[in-house]
Order: sequence, then C-alpha cells, then structure tokens
Amino acid sequence: MDQLIIAGRKFDSRLLVGTGKFASNQAMVAAMEHSGSEIVTVALRRVDIDNPEDYLLSHIDLERYLLLPNTSGARDAEEAVRLARLARAAGCEPWVKLEVTPDPYYLLPDPIETLKAAEILVKDGFVVLPYMPADPVLARHLEEVGTATVMPLGAPIGTNKGVRTRDLIAIIIEQANIPVIVDAGLGAPSHAAEAMEMGADAVLVNTALADTPNPDLMAQAFRKGTEAGREAYLAGLGTQRQQAEASSPLTGFLRND
Amino acid sequence: MKLIINGEVKNYQEGLTVQQLLEKLNLSPERVVVELNRTILSQDVQTHTELKSEDTIELVQFVGGG
Repeated sequence: MDQLIIAGRKFDSRLLVGTGKFASNQAMVAAMEHSGSEIVTVALRRVDIDNPEDYLLSHIDLERYLLLPNTSGARDAEEAVRLARLARAAGCEPWVKLEVTPDPYYLLPDPIETLKAAEILVKDGFVVLPYMPADPVLARHLEEVGTATVMPLGAPIGTNKGVRTRDLIAIIIEQANIPVIVDAGLGAPSHAAEAMEMGADAVLVNTALADTPNPDLMAQAFRKGTEAGREAYLAGLGTQRQQAEASSPLTGFLRND
Repeated sequence: MKLIINGEVKNYQEGLTVQQLLEKLNLSPERVVVELNRTILSQDVQTHTELKSEDTIELVQFVGGG
C-alpha cells in the first residue's frame, strides 16, 4: 500500500479537502465522503453571539477525519501563532495548516512571517503544514525549522487556474525530504493529476469542490484525478521527445517499396 | 460592568464567571474557545474565573475553511 506519511501518521488518501464555501453543511459532508479524504481543513472565527450558527463540527465525524485547523485571516506571525494555539485549545490534535496572508487581494503567503511562525509553532510542539509561495529556497528553510510538510501554491487561492508554478514546484519536490502538498488554485481533476504526476505527495482542494452545483461528483472526480496522477508517477512517465516514435511496427506494410 | 466581547461592548452584572457568561449567551463550552485578555482559558478554569469590568473576551469556534 502506497501511503502518505505526515509526521509519522499514515493516510491512504492523498487528497486533502477544505470545508469552506459549501452551499450547506450537508453538501460539505457529502463532498468529503466522495473525496475519500482523511484530512479536512477548518478555520477559526469569532462566534456571532447574536446569531449563533449551526455548529460545523457537529457535522464532521472526527473518528474518520483528521481536523486540520488553518490560521487563515492571520496577517503576521503573531496572529498565526495565536490562532494555532486557540485551535489547539479547542481540543484538536496539535496539527496546523499555517497560513499568513497579509494581502487580501491575491492572498499570497508572506514568506518571512510564515517562516517566523513556523519556527515558533514547531518549538511549541505543533505539527506544522505551511502554505507557502512556490519558492524552493523557502521550502528548504521551512524544512530546516522542522515543518512536517511544505504546501506550495499552484496558483492564488480560489482561482482554479491549476499548477501555474509548475517548474518551481518540480524543484521543491526534487529537494524536499518532507511531503510536498500542492495547495491552492487547483480547479480541475486534471490539475490534481498533474501535480501528482510530478511527484507531489498530496494535493489540497476546496473551492473547486464547493463552487460547483454537484460537489459529490466533483469530489469523486478529484479523488480519481489524484489517484491517477499518483499511479502514473509511481509507474514512471515516458520522456517527452520532439520527433515521432511509432507505436506500431515499421515492418510488414502492405506495399513493396 | 462593561465587557468587550468579540469586539463589542456589552454590559453585565458584577461577579459573573466565564462559565456563566457562556450560559447567558447559550454557548456550549465544548464548542467555544475562550480567550480572556489574550490568555486562553481551559474549561475547568472558566468555571471559577470571575470577569472584571473592561475585560476583553474573545469567543471563537471552528467554521468552514480551506
């Protein structure tokens, strides 16, 4: 069995899913089930004390899914560390998807604050999965401070553009000794497959599943795309070449020249 | 006394504990994380922590996110 191992913990699925932006909690749960995922991300926000909402975790089977709280909304390392500690206090395992995105327009991760927060959180006993720009040098720094994975972006969050950072992610994969999870921007199962074919260890998808009239079917499609890409990577892709190379024999033609 | 809860000023009677505040707001302590003046309070501490005027309280919980 080809399992994904993060911080010593084994997973059969290489597709992580987010829980944001679904039309309903029912749609979210159905998509999670069809995705086959075992790790789901959640965010932490102020309770609306005048209008208490339906509680998210009452819909998620915590025996089945590992909850991965993110630090979304954090604009610097201090805010990210605060959010991670609040999430841990909620009784979660000390796993955190570290996100520091000061710019609200492109939501690009701040490399300096991300590295700072990662160092603090690792020392504090967290299993840190940092969302990061697809920067191979930063990936090495994060690995050095002890993050459990690196999560380079394919394209900005929610853009559905695919693996636009392909060449840089290839370098990150080549150099990393920890799992590489391509996160953000994956809008189609073919994008997930592409990342996995390149040798990424896993992918994380949210918007593409939530932003469709049929999240179940899309989740299933992403599951297959992720698995197909992984299997192709394990099998070994053929090399690209300029000139044609016949698949059929070049002998025995029905002609005499 | 004046409390700042999730950024909003609210008025409550003196001597209220954190646990009693959650009860008044119909919030289950299992579902909400409480931060009082930037310090996280565990559930057992919430029962005997009395609030003072001007205290800043953050009540947070998990929501959907990517």
